[in-house]
Formats: sequence, structure tokens, C-alpha cells
Amino acid sequence: MSDATTVLLVLSVGTFALKSAGPLLLGGRELPARIQRAVDLIPAALLAALAASATLVNVSTLVVDARVVGLVVAAVALWRRAPFVVVIVLAAVATALTRVVI
Amino acid sequence: MGHNLGVTSDGSNTVDPGPEVDLIAVRRRLRRQAASITAAVAPFGIVFGAAAATAGLSLLEAIGFSIFVFGGSSQFAAVEILGDGGSVPAAAIAGLLLNVRSLAFGIVMAPALTGGLLQRAAMSQLMIDESTAVGTATADRRARMYGYLAAGIGVFVVWNATTVLGHVVFSSAGDLIETLGLDAAGPAAFLALLWPRLVDVAQRTTAMVGALVALVLIPVTPPGVAILLSCSGVLVGLRVRKRADASKPHEEGV
Repeated sequence: MSDATTVLLVLSVGTFALKSAGPLLLGGRELPARIQRAVDLIPAALLAALAASATLVNVSTLVVDARVVGLVVAAVALWRRAPFVVVIVLAAVATALTRVVI
Repeated sequence: MGHNLGVTSDGSNTVDPGPEVDLIAVRRRLRRQAASITAAVAPFGIVFGAAAATAGLSLLEAIGFSIFVFGGSSQFAAVEILGDGGSVPAAAIAGLLLNVRSLAFGIVMAPALTGGLLQRAAMSQLMIDESTAVGTATADRRARMYGYLAAGIGVFVVWNATTVLGHVVFSSAGDLIETLGLDAAGPAAFLALLWPRLVDVAQRTTAMVGALVALVLIPVTPPGVAILLSCSGVLVGLRVRKRADASKPHEEGV
């Protein structure tokens, strides 16, 4: 069984447990406020880490390459409220052009 | 509810306890909200399929993620870490951390999801940002389940269809990916998932610290571990939130 399939199995079961705990077990009680506040912040940390890693890392080393340009362009596009498709296309085009030019 | 969830934020919160004819109008509005939310996930699904292909996942594995995990950012995270050569635990834990909020969604939606055990279990699989957003957009409890299912089922179908599309189109892309600059699609997708969450200083601080911690640790840790350690940014964010709340004594936290 490949690594991907193992992750798939573990993540599927774990995720379903998280999703169904409320409807199947808890009937209306709320998470303690402190825990809820921490949970609210987790995606920000992880997504930012993943964005940075996907941009600046090549196999465990930090590398600055054309992807950085793509990310900056994506950030500008998001700031200007462009639709997601436009953000992706602009990022890709910017990166490709950077490779042609530099 | 006021939460900023996932890809889109739904600002409409109406109380509609009126007669039967109002239920028809409420349901129509919920269908419209569900439709636009569903359309918004299509490009994400394509990028996920492509990312899965780039990371070396088979079409079956990619589909498996979109059916059985069915959680956008967690799927991206797991696939990214696997593609970097990360360990199974690192990929699985990162994915689970990104799905912890499903627990909160389930608690919120639980009163509206009625029926037998199997029915509630089946409906639970659809517990994502988008279905919860639409499901909580009305105070009418009868309409909540309707909105939840409209968005949940719509997104499920579109997400899986676009996963297949993305994987099939890009699985043999090879060098084409760099020539077309598509290796910037992954970073852009993560940024797009992150962006709607950066609503206050606590979230923004958490994101910055998380990114910095990851970048500093990546060269010296096994793949994926640095991503998990980025959660230390949450501790900083909680501090920031405490300080921000202390200086605004009349603001109600949601």
C-alpha cells in the first residue's frame, strides 16, 4: 500500500470522526471558548506555512526562484478581489514570464 | 454566525420564522447561495487534481481523497507533504489539523441535522466550510438542513468531478508545468485559501509567525514536520487576541 493510500485511509477516518462527532454525539453543546479561539487560528498558521513552503522550498532547501514572482502577483490579485481562476492564471503567467526573461 | 469560513464568506443572516410560503422563498435563496459557492470550488478542485498528479498520486488515490476526506485545504496539505517526500504521519497530522474545525462545524450544525444514525452519519460527511456557511445563513431550522445539503452535495459533486479533470489533464504534464509557470498554482491556491481568514490582527500574526517558523525549520527537519510546527504561531496569535480584546472591553467575541 503506497504512502498516499495510507495517508488517505488515516485522514479519511480521522476527518469523518471530526465531522460526525457533533451530529452523532454532542447534541447542541458548544466547544469551550478558549479551545474554539485556538481552533480558529490553526488554519492561518498551517496555510501560511504551506504557502511559504510551496513557494520557497525545493526539497528541504530554501530557494528563491520564479515562483516568488507568482506568489506576489497572486497576493496583489487577491487584494484586488480577483476571482480565484484569475489569481491562478496571473500567478502562472507571471512565473512563466519571469523564467523567460531572467 | 459571523465566522469567516473557507473560500467564501457568507454575510447574510436573516431570521425567517414566517408561514409556509416564506419557506419556499428561503429555500430558493439558499439554492442560489449554494450554487455560487459550488461554482467557486471548481477551480480549486482542478488545482487539487493537478497537485495530486504532480505529487505522484494515481487518479484513484486523488479521487479517494476527494470522496473520503472531502476537505479542501487538508487535501492540499497532505498531497503537498507527500510530494515533498514527507512521512505518512506528517501528512496525515497536517491534514487532520486543518480539519479540526469540522468538529466545531458539526457541533453548530448538529441540532439541524435530524434523522436516524445512518442518515446523520451520511450527512456528516458533507460537513465542510461551504455547507456550514450556507446551513447557518438562516435562523429557520427547517431551512438549515436544506441549505447545508444543497451546498454540501453541490460541492461534493463539483469537487470530485474537477479533481478528475485536473488529474487527467495534468498527469502527464512534466516539464510543461514549469514552462507554463504552473508550479506557482499550488502556492497561489494556498494563499487564496488563507486570504479570507486574515480578517484581524490575531489571524495575520498567526499566519506570519507560522510561515516564518516553517521556513526556518524546513532545512533542519524531516519533510512535513516544519509545517506542523508552524502551529506554534497559534500561541502567538492567542496572545495577540488577548491583548486586542483587553483594549476593547465592549466588543463581543464570536
